[in-house]
Amino acid sequence: MINATRMALAALALGASSMTAMADGFTPENPECIAPANPGGGWDFTCRQVGKSLQDLGLLDKTMQVVNLAGGGGGVAFAEVVNKRGDDNDLIVAASSATATRLAQGAYPGNSMDQVRWLASIGADYGVIAVAADSDVTTLPQLLDNIKNDPTSTSVAGGSAVGGWDHLKVLIAANAYGIDDVRSVKYIAFDGGGEAVTQLLAGSVQAFTGDISEAKGFVDSGDIRVIAVLSPERLGGEFADMPTAKEQGVDAIGANWRGFYAPANMSDAAYDAWVGKISDLYASAEWKEIMAANGLAPLDLQGDAFQSFVSDSVAQIQSISKEIGIIK
Amino acid sequence: METLANLGDGFLIALTWQNLLLALMGCFLGTVMGALPGLGPSNGVAILIPLAFTLGLGATPSLILLTSVYYGAMYGGRISSILLNIPGDEPAMMTCLDGHPMAKKGMAGEALSLSGIASFVGAFLATWGLIALAPQLVKIALLFGPAEYFALFALAFMTLGGVSSTNQAKSAFAAALGLGLAMIGVDTQTGVPRFTFGEVHLYDGLDFLVAIVGLFALSEVFIFLENRHGGSDATSGKLKIGRLTPPMSMIKETTPTMLRTSFLGFIAGVLPGAGASLGSFISYSMEKRLVDKDNTFGTGDPRGVAAPEAGNNAAAGGALVPMLALGVPGSGTTAVLLAVLLSLNITPGPLLFTQNPDVVWGLIAALFIANFMLLAMNIPMVGLFTRLLLIPPRVLMPIVAMVSFVGIYGISGSSFDLMVMIGFGIMGWVLRKLDVPLVPIILGTLLGNSMENNLRRAITIDNGNWWTLIDSPLSIALWAIALIGFVLPLIVGARVKARMHARRDEEGSIAD
Repeated sequence: MINATRMALAALALGASSMTAMADGFTPENPECIAPANPGGGWDFTCRQVGKSLQDLGLLDKTMQVVNLAGGGGGVAFAEVVNKRGDDNDLIVAASSATATRLAQGAYPGNSMDQVRWLASIGADYGVIAVAADSDVTTLPQLLDNIKNDPTSTSVAGGSAVGGWDHLKVLIAANAYGIDDVRSVKYIAFDGGGEAVTQLLAGSVQAFTGDISEAKGFVDSGDIRVIAVLSPERLGGEFADMPTAKEQGVDAIGANWRGFYAPANMSDAAYDAWVGKISDLYASAEWKEIMAANGLAPLDLQGDAFQSFVSDSVAQIQSISKEIGIIK
Repeated sequence: METLANLGDGFLIALTWQNLLLALMGCFLGTVMGALPGLGPSNGVAILIPLAFTLGLGATPSLILLTSVYYGAMYGGRISSILLNIPGDEPAMMTCLDGHPMAKKGMAGEALSLSGIASFVGAFLATWGLIALAPQLVKIALLFGPAEYFALFALAFMTLGGVSSTNQAKSAFAAALGLGLAMIGVDTQTGVPRFTFGEVHLYDGLDFLVAIVGLFALSEVFIFLENRHGGSDATSGKLKIGRLTPPMSMIKETTPTMLRTSFLGFIAGVLPGAGASLGSFISYSMEKRLVDKDNTFGTGDPRGVAAPEAGNNAAAGGALVPMLALGVPGSGTTAVLLAVLLSLNITPGPLLFTQNPDVVWGLIAALFIANFMLLAMNIPMVGLFTRLLLIPPRVLMPIVAMVSFVGIYGISGSSFDLMVMIGFGIMGWVLRKLDVPLVPIILGTLLGNSMENNLRRAITIDNGNWWTLIDSPLSIALWAIALIGFVLPLIVGARVKARMHARRDEEGSIAD
């Protein structure tokens, strides 16, 4: 606190000429996080939780203001950042796989991933494929065989729209298993994972694709059985019993990552400062606890590494989307 | 027993100072809004949504505030019906028939407090019905697959016209308009944007809160701007209020009426799309048929005041059953409340009772509290409420307009939504001129997507086989009810409606 005051006083005394020298220790004056959705959802959680933790850990000395800018599945916020806030050094925006999916499919009209700078990830929610507890199907290959032999026999329910991330996850698995025409996979879109799981329980559909956090409650209650987690290796803790797709011979990984992007013309000093802050946050024990409490798995990518991760995932989504005919 | 334990937990949640204060505020504001002609429960709740969000209230406190407003408005609607012969809201129309004649006989105070008691009985019994029925509905909710949901939505639309609108064709037109508006946005079954014209704000579809505030509140302002030289509030000066409490004999005489109509109203409320107007209407007409041997109904019979009030308040409680347990609104106001729940990221439906028991039971406990507050508030404050009717529209309407704009901007932070809201306001104004009911538009906008998606889900799951829609006993039953609900009012409704209008013409009513 005293340090900050001293630095502020020094900056004031030395005037504008010292500003370039101060740039190394960039401190956002009015840190702001845009959550591109209404309060309560995943993006909102990302902003609020990160803002609170950054302040608790002393990485920010001011409260990060969270602005909910909903609309267009994140497109309204993306356009706002690109068009109006392009050089704002104090601004970060919550993003996830859904952002990458929509960018890949051109669902933000006129916008592309190069128009912003990607900062860092804060964790990932791995995809799961599940069946009802009383289902005959016990393994992922068994389910995929059913689909391969008679695509009409198996309906897969998910919480995202057709072409959305839940849909793509099951297609990635089908593709990895050697189902050539992934369009034959019967995917039924519901309004959110909860509704999709309900229909699995009601017996309307045979399988469910979603995030591990959506399925957790129903796994705990014994209503559904996870037949595959789409993670590179088994997850820790209470999720350790769930088999991965990989160990069943289906090389499919699907992570709903969470992270941030920033305006394209943010100064390098500000960009580095934000990357540094989020890295420090990620490395802290406090954040590990928050991840465990919210079912987030590790995904530790910052700066350039994160930029190329997003770029790869956009490319992968683009190629699947072309296969299923979502984009041309 | 488990239910009672849950209810106990609910009271623990509801009985905090903050929640009690919110309930008190909601009851008061609701009663005022219900009493003000034109501002009914749907507008009242819609106008206060932004307040709940601005205060940063959690799910349970927001719901407590808004349902208190809802119940309050149902109580308050009768006040201007009785004193001015202007229904404060749509369901209170029936209360005009006997309430105003009572007031003219110098029994305004008795009519007001009797109707307050009737409102209490209806709402109180309906809240118990909600406790008894809602958990049962949860058990059968897993029987609902996409095909059954589609049948249920079809039922809501087919019973919509019914008795509560003068013109079936106009109701159908309004519902179709709502369904059309629901098509805007990205289609979740194919991922293709429809009717968005490349405008990214439209990709998520129209926000129904924007539509509701525009259609109801803004169009109200436009109507006022148009008629600002007229004044309908000049007559209240000559009203005598008389004694404030009804004699015991009058309460005794009307008790059987209240009990019967509470039951009827509750059933009407539980049926999606029927709602409180139908509840009060059926209650009045059935009661008239049952007990009106001397033809005193319509001339200031206390039973004619008690019947519609018990009925419409019971319907208000009943309408919460399908909203909470199935995610399907039973009335215009619960459609608004449903939108609020969705904005709070709570999905009403089969899982609500297991996933958010604190919300459900806190809400039910709050309903009881609101009920007792409203009774306590309504009886002694009859005199004050009459004065609130004297607020000149030139003061009221700018406030309504301001609250609408600030509120909508506060929700989304987007000026695009303000333009959409103005568009809806103008549309609402035009439709009111054409005497097209607005509630079916909201119902269409709100339910259209779910209805379409469930149809397409059902068909996709069954590989294009349309017979899947009538493949289970439940869906056949729902289709049967829907058909009866559609056809019966065409036959019975026309007759009763004509009689009702004849009566209103005799009165020289100045309503509408």
